[in-house]
Amino acid sequence: MGCGSAKPTQHNQNHKLQLKKSMRSALLIQRWYRQYVARLEMRRRCTWNIFQSIEYAGQQDQIKLYNFFGFLMDHFTPASSERNLISHIFRENEVFQDVEWEPYFCYKSIEVPDTYAGPHLTFPLTVSNITELVEAFKHKEQLHARFVLQLLGETWRLLRVLPNITEVSTCHSKEITICGDLHGHLEDLLLVFYKNGLPSVETPYVFNGDFVDRGKDSIEILLILFAFQLVYPNDVHLNRGNHEDHIVNLRYGFTKEVLGKYRLHGKKILKLLQKIFSWLPLATVIDQKVLILHGGISDTTDLKLIAKLERNRCRQAVKSKGPGGQYSDGEGDRYSAAGRRRVRSLTHSNPATARHELQRRSLQAYSIRTSPNVEEELRERRRWAGLSASYERIHDPISSDSDPDSGEVLETDAEEWKQIVDMLWSDPMLQDGCIPNEVRGGGCYWGPDVTQEVLNRHNLCLLIRSHECKQDGYEFCHNRKVLTIFSASNYYEVGSNRGAYIRLGPDLNPHVVQYQASRSTRELTLRQSVGRTERSALRALREQLFAHKSDLISAFEEYDPEHTGVISMERWAVATETVLHLGLPWRVLRSQLVGCSTQEGMINYNDWFRELALMDPNKELAHTGLLETMYRHHSNLETIFRIIDTDHSGLISFEEFRQTWKLLSSHLKMEISDKAISDLALSIDFNKDGSIDINEFMEAFRLVDCSNGATRLMQLTSTESLYHTS
Amino acid sequence: STRYDLYRVLHAALCLFAICSEAIVSELHKRISSAFDVFDHESNHTVDVREIGTIIRSLGCFPTEAQLHDVIAEIEEEEPTGFIRFERFLPTMSRILLEHRFRPVPEDLLLQAFEVLDQQKRGHLDPEELTRYLTQEGEPFTQEEMEEMLSAAVDPDKNLIFYKDFVSVMTVDDPW
Repeated sequence: MGCGSAKPTQHNQNHKLQLKKSMRSALLIQRWYRQYVARLEMRRRCTWNIFQSIEYAGQQDQIKLYNFFGFLMDHFTPASSERNLISHIFRENEVFQDVEWEPYFCYKSIEVPDTYAGPHLTFPLTVSNITELVEAFKHKEQLHARFVLQLLGETWRLLRVLPNITEVSTCHSKEITICGDLHGHLEDLLLVFYKNGLPSVETPYVFNGDFVDRGKDSIEILLILFAFQLVYPNDVHLNRGNHEDHIVNLRYGFTKEVLGKYRLHGKKILKLLQKIFSWLPLATVIDQKVLILHGGISDTTDLKLIAKLERNRCRQAVKSKGPGGQYSDGEGDRYSAAGRRRVRSLTHSNPATARHELQRRSLQAYSIRTSPNVEEELRERRRWAGLSASYERIHDPISSDSDPDSGEVLETDAEEWKQIVDMLWSDPMLQDGCIPNEVRGGGCYWGPDVTQEVLNRHNLCLLIRSHECKQDGYEFCHNRKVLTIFSASNYYEVGSNRGAYIRLGPDLNPHVVQYQASRSTRELTLRQSVGRTERSALRALREQLFAHKSDLISAFEEYDPEHTGVISMERWAVATETVLHLGLPWRVLRSQLVGCSTQEGMINYNDWFRELALMDPNKELAHTGLLETMYRHHSNLETIFRIIDTDHSGLISFEEFRQTWKLLSSHLKMEISDKAISDLALSIDFNKDGSIDINEFMEAFRLVDCSNGATRLMQLTSTESLYHTS
Repeated sequence: STRYDLYRVLHAALCLFAICSEAIVSELHKRISSAFDVFDHESNHTVDVREIGTIIRSLGCFPTEAQLHDVIAEIEEEEPTGFIRFERFLPTMSRILLEHRFRPVPEDLLLQAFEVLDQQKRGHLDPEELTRYLTQEGEPFTQEEMEEMLSAAVDPDKNLIFYKDFVSVMTVDDPW
């Protein structure tokens, strides 16, 4: 009955001991590693919040700028040159019918030189045309303007006969692929095609909007998508996104890209695209059960109404709001910092019944003073008048000159416009209800109860939308009834997020495929990708801080009445949030933003600003006092430049330059002296003919990262390369 | 009168202690609140329960998964909603920090742990061995966790894990 000799037992005991030790070791390693990953996740989340906050703040800025333009439009004498400058944003000067545009867009007169080595397209397009096109773009070639216009012309003709809502079925066991925002990221589109196959009869696709802006290959993406749609009109479906809007394009890079790539014909191309965008379908429904649209829904979403409206009349969404919408104006509207998502609902002033004539003023007069009562009045009038400005009646040429005072707003128009904006701009929220989306300035935030109600009402089972960047490329919400799909990987920065697409079969169960385009073949480790994105976010944040320097210093000085130059970290955090309104965790970020601290948690804020950033040596400009305005409002500035550059030449005259600054100063309600403007102009090299190149001007004012940052960058990368040498 | 002096000194010391600890606690609350806010997406003082582990760890704690579950059980609602409210999180987290619970893993202990697994004392481990240990023993890694660690730990030329180097790289001063 013995259990064996003594030796084996000893061996067993040693073995057991070893097992125990290795188990404890494994546990230790796991415990340590999970903590490490958690810290990285915290950093990644903070970085993400930074990018989002800055992005949304930028969008808010844009809304304000356009609201301001709308205001100007209503209140300046018809003859004033300022009005002329911005009039074409809101009015269509040309009142031709669509069919009369065709000669304008004619490509036939455009010669293709023998030196052109890119693809030659023949119409009707064939599959080999498209593959040639895709290959060409892969090799960074550009399609000649003649073929661009030809292709766009065909696309326009096709889109005009498509319904507002495309109905698709998964018959013949076809799986449909759905892609979200691409934002000019050609490599992501190519990656999707590589993984999933090119669009074809067997491989149908839905592209859910936001094809352009931000990325650098927006026009190429459009050309590819349009080409596929022309060849496979029953199998490739496009939905309009909020970035398919020429006003948004002015700010977010698409206009600039087209004008840069097509110097001669860019303007024509943009004009044709303007029409094409307005003709893009608004939604796709699969098997009458799955609704796909770009932004989302609201509690008033009505697909029957949407199917019937004239979608091409809604050219741009970003404008003054009509009845039922919200109006945000100027500085009085800073939203609560504690949450970008938290909304302060604006209550309207009592609906004005009297519409009396308001004195028309010149720009000069306005910039000096406005009385609050007048502001109220104007707000009211714009609410009612603003509609006719952009929801134009093409069939009524007189409307573009209609007097806003006497404009009759049809309830149906307002309703239709709201339906479209809600579809393109809304975001889901976790709480029940439906509230205006003030962060974006259009559409709403809708809750799970609204999803339930709208889906039930239309007998649908799933809503697929895009519009929001997600770290994993997709995200379910509202009890998995809403699925967000985002297809531009590395959207904020390399490594910031994955992209994804959906495969949907007859069972209507969405299957998500993720990917990440990487510029190098080596995959970044978690640590590296977090580090890199983080550095980028912090750089962007430093720019924001620098741009608000005088406001920040004033805020700090309030806490430092004795002018010691030093305040506590706690106060630094509070003051910074009060000025920037980004809703960011400043205490958590402090160690990354403030190097020059700190004896016992105090900070010398003047030292801090010195360390924050060095910029391009244009030190003479420091005297003009316009430097900070430049940084803070450089997006607005660039947008105004591009609007003023009516012939899209990329050049503006000194006079136009001066008028830009005047416009900006009115909007900001600050005084900018003529002398300051001339000083600024003098410090720039003019072209010989006295014009300014917009691109060069903007480039000159990009903040350059300080040397500290650069060294730290080098240190980090050298440690990381211990195992991964490129 | 010496006794009276003693009382006075004691009283002063207690007051001082109270002030200091109040400051300490206040500082602690702010740290906890900041970390919590990062995941409070709806700005309504709640976070998804699945992020609690990240929050606790980012505050410098090194709990095991089991310990984490215990903490969550303590702070969850009586009827779990999937969300944790800040009012319940704050007191528990404060106590954890004040008591220095879930202390960090010092570098030398970590190294020893790897050495235990390296039974032949070669100074390195095969990816397969490490995978076996970490996905089968202790509180096993998921495949994703394992892959991520390997991507950082494995020397691509030799396909081995030189754990001494790995540990020192990973414990480089984290700016946060």
